[in-house]
Amino acid sequence: MAQFRLPPNSRIGKGKTWPAPAGAKQPRRFKIYRYDPDGEGNPRLDTYTVDLDDCGPMVLDAIIKIKNEVDSTLAFRRSCREGVCGSCAFNIGGTNTLACTSFIADYKGDIAIYPLPHMPVVKDLVPDLTQAYAQLAAVEPWLKTRTPAPERERLQSPEDREKLDGLWECVLCFSCTTSCPSYWWNGDRYLGPAVLLQAYRWIADSRDEYTGERLDDLEDPFRLYRCHTIMNCTKTCPKNLNPAKAIAETKKLMVARQ
Amino acid sequence: MSFRTPLGRVRGLGSAKDGTHHWWAQRLTAIALVPLTVWFAVSILMLAGAERAAISEWLANPVTVGLLVMLIVATFHHGQLGLQVVIEDYVHTEAWKIGLIVFVKFAALLFGGIGIVSVLKLAFAG
Repeated sequence: MAQFRLPPNSRIGKGKTWPAPAGAKQPRRFKIYRYDPDGEGNPRLDTYTVDLDDCGPMVLDAIIKIKNEVDSTLAFRRSCREGVCGSCAFNIGGTNTLACTSFIADYKGDIAIYPLPHMPVVKDLVPDLTQAYAQLAAVEPWLKTRTPAPERERLQSPEDREKLDGLWECVLCFSCTTSCPSYWWNGDRYLGPAVLLQAYRWIADSRDEYTGERLDDLEDPFRLYRCHTIMNCTKTCPKNLNPAKAIAETKKLMVARQ
Repeated sequence: MSFRTPLGRVRGLGSAKDGTHHWWAQRLTAIALVPLTVWFAVSILMLAGAERAAISEWLANPVTVGLLVMLIVATFHHGQLGLQVVIEDYVHTEAWKIGLIVFVKFAALLFGGIGIVSVLKLAFAG
């Protein structure tokens, strides 16, 4: 059966409360998931206090401040700090999003930060995305043609280029995929919203000549049709994209070619 | 312990090249069930407390029989398609999964069949 409770070794215990900085004018508490694969024991929730008067406005600023000034053992991914690299996706305040584009001021009370749900945890806030990356590679997200490469660029009309808007902006943070219950239960076979949006990005590209083969590879009760239009993907996307629509368009093309 | 590459695992047995018919049939039966269910509920409410003769007369009309058969087919087809998906989603032990799906499909066939025969019996034998 699908597992509805965390296995005993994944249940979260009470963690350490780190002292608040002396003389903090605007203290704010962050409750952060900690897991050390080398240590003994279960994951725990550590509490850190950050003085917002002495910190940048984004959740990522606070996490970096904690790592720099309070607890250097905290592990997380980050790179661009402006929402284009997709590294700092966490579950913040109960929603998957990018820490670098989330304002601390938009959250009320203590801010809880967990790794992306339902993925194996490497350490602290770092999930193991091996499966999701392999699924992305499996849809071959690059231009494929039979016509020999032209001497100059491949032409595309402005109207056809417009069809890629809302698709190319995806930064592959996998916030959507890890928010999808269908992916939680059947992620071994279901491709998940992020990868299906990428697959549709190439299906919708007027320059690509492998549309049929791409649809062939997706037409599967699990790879595509585990999407039950739950819509968590669209609700959570930090880039305001609509993976659910991309999946629906793919299903429409499946019917159109019957 | 498996030394298979992640890509090898994901590519697995390849695409089943199937699922569109299942998905489309579920949508079509869902749409069909909206007017059919409303029609059935209204008809039954209008016949509430009626004599057997009035019900026999209603069932003697071929349009009634046709719609009732369609309602039964759509209901059980839609139901078994949906339950199959639920079982595939949540039951991950292969033997249980196959067993439950076969059970649901046979049950839908049996009860749908009983329903259709009952309607025809009433239609022809009164």
